[in-house]
Amino acid sequence: MLIELKDVSKIYRMGKIEVRALDNVSLAIEEGEFVAIIGPSGSGKSTMLNILGCLDAPSQGDYIFNGKNISKLHDNEMAEIRNKNIGFVFQNFNLLPKLTALENVELPLIYGGEKPSTYRRKAIELLKAVGLSDRIHHKPTELSSGQQQRVTIARALATDPSVILADEPTGNLDTKSGIEIMKIFQKLNEEGKTIVIITHDLSIARSTKRMVHIKDGKIVRNEKVEG
Amino acid sequence: MSFLQTLKIALRAIIDNKLRSFLTMLGIIIGVASVIVMVSLGQGATVGVTERIQSLGSNLLTINITGRGAHTALSYDQAMEFAESPHVSAVAPVISATAMAKYGNKNSADIQVIGTNSYFSTVRNFEVSRGRFLLAGDIERRRKVAILGAQVVEDLFGFINPLGQDIKINGQIFTVIGVLQAEGNTMMGSKDNQILIPITVAERLMRFRGVRTIYVQAAGPNEVSLALSEISAKLSKIFREDEEDEESFRVFDQTQVLEAIQETTRILTVMLGGIAGISLLVGGIGIMNIMLVSVTERTREIGIRKALGAKRKDILFQFLIESLVISGIGGIIGIFLGLLSSLGLANFMNMPLKTTLTVIWIAFTFSLLVGVSFGLYLANKASRLSPVEALRYE
Repeated sequence: MLIELKDVSKIYRMGKIEVRALDNVSLAIEEGEFVAIIGPSGSGKSTMLNILGCLDAPSQGDYIFNGKNISKLHDNEMAEIRNKNIGFVFQNFNLLPKLTALENVELPLIYGGEKPSTYRRKAIELLKAVGLSDRIHHKPTELSSGQQQRVTIARALATDPSVILADEPTGNLDTKSGIEIMKIFQKLNEEGKTIVIITHDLSIARSTKRMVHIKDGKIVRNEKVEG
Repeated sequence: MSFLQTLKIALRAIIDNKLRSFLTMLGIIIGVASVIVMVSLGQGATVGVTERIQSLGSNLLTINITGRGAHTALSYDQAMEFAESPHVSAVAPVISATAMAKYGNKNSADIQVIGTNSYFSTVRNFEVSRGRFLLAGDIERRRKVAILGAQVVEDLFGFINPLGQDIKINGQIFTVIGVLQAEGNTMMGSKDNQILIPITVAERLMRFRGVRTIYVQAAGPNEVSLALSEISAKLSKIFREDEEDEESFRVFDQTQVLEAIQETTRILTVMLGGIAGISLLVGGIGIMNIMLVSVTERTREIGIRKALGAKRKDILFQFLIESLVISGIGGIIGIFLGLLSSLGLANFMNMPLKTTLTVIWIAFTFSLLVGVSFGLYLANKASRLSPVEALRYE
């Protein structure tokens, strides 16, 4: 089991009011799966992403990632897991605007402690794999949104992580680019990569292999997508 | 991540935000430069004043006699008795008056004519640039010879060689035997506008017997106070001074004056340095202000970096190095600007400036310290941001 949430709750306090963004959620994702977590806004899916992505620790319950209990880890260990095992693809790309595509892809490798000779070569290969070999020295603002998202995917793949977490990856894209991006994900999954997509869009969710419906912080339905 | 990588990232951030980095530096640049200039100015004043005072003669005691009753002056021989003390190396009694000098049909302005002996040269640090100084023989034989200040020579002779020429002082004829080294104006009056003649001749010229001013050179720096008390005791005996009476003489110690003035200029230096230090502090606050904006502005960047695996220390060092580099480069530019302005002031405004390495170090260290302490505060703040909240920041 790659990902295992055991009775995980996330509680936010807003003044006197307690908000349970996640309420006793249990979920297991195996290696090689292609899962969509789907729900309306405010359903707790972003909180789910933060916890799955080791950006935040659960308030209650255990999160076992690759056999390690994340709930008990220190900040720096979480940072290391994010760096080595998780690749993020964000809705708004979250590329650093002053850096070129190449430098953006290099970042996780740099934080992972790679040598300049290695990370440069790896980053170039990754950008080539997403079809941007002629754009590596462009800054994000000089790229189309579809191209920016491909840079983000290259960056997510940089450290060869065990799982790709995508948060509304097609949300800021036109239909055509959205389809292209989903194709990249499908191809990556065929190559064995575990992919978790968080979305509110059923048509996106349908192009994965499993849908986990979430509402009011609870998993309400868990279904296989009929291929 | 290696330190070199962090350094690269920090430098990259500085270069990517050139204008902001420069504006941040500006505060430090001005601060460091003004500390250097101000303190140099203060130290230059100290050195200048000290040099001027020392040029009046080293270990110098000045005796002024006002006298009492009919007894208002010492005779030349009485004055020379001070030289017998082991604490005294030379004595130069002086009579002076203002007079007119004339060469051919050229008249000088009012000139101070000083009658003295051969020791005056060493006691008061007067040297001749041409010819010779007064000799013992000139005094004994009452030779009518004169040594002219540089300004007097210029006024009376122009480009003519004055040596061996005859001038008239108050109608009496003197032969020029020497010219004093030019000095320029000093706070104690110019020696360029003086004429020195043998004291024995001066007594007749000025129709006054006896001396009221005596310059005494002590045998060494440690003998000054001994000489002073000995002379005071002797003078008390001569004038039979008792404590209730008005004083009939005064003995000044040059070193006392020197110390008083040095103390004043020292305070001046500290004050100027303090004022400049405040501007350095303001520069530091500028760094903090802009770094604060920069941390807030870059919250999202911090979130992204953290999501990609940046650890707390990576973010901490990135921002710390940024502020260190900014304040360091600002400090170095400030040093150059400060040195340049000091040189400019010294050369073009003719102000005495003395820049010491200590000031440069203090200013630079202080600027770095400001950068580090403010930078550390903000870097810590940045590194503590939670990645979730930082990513959410718009």
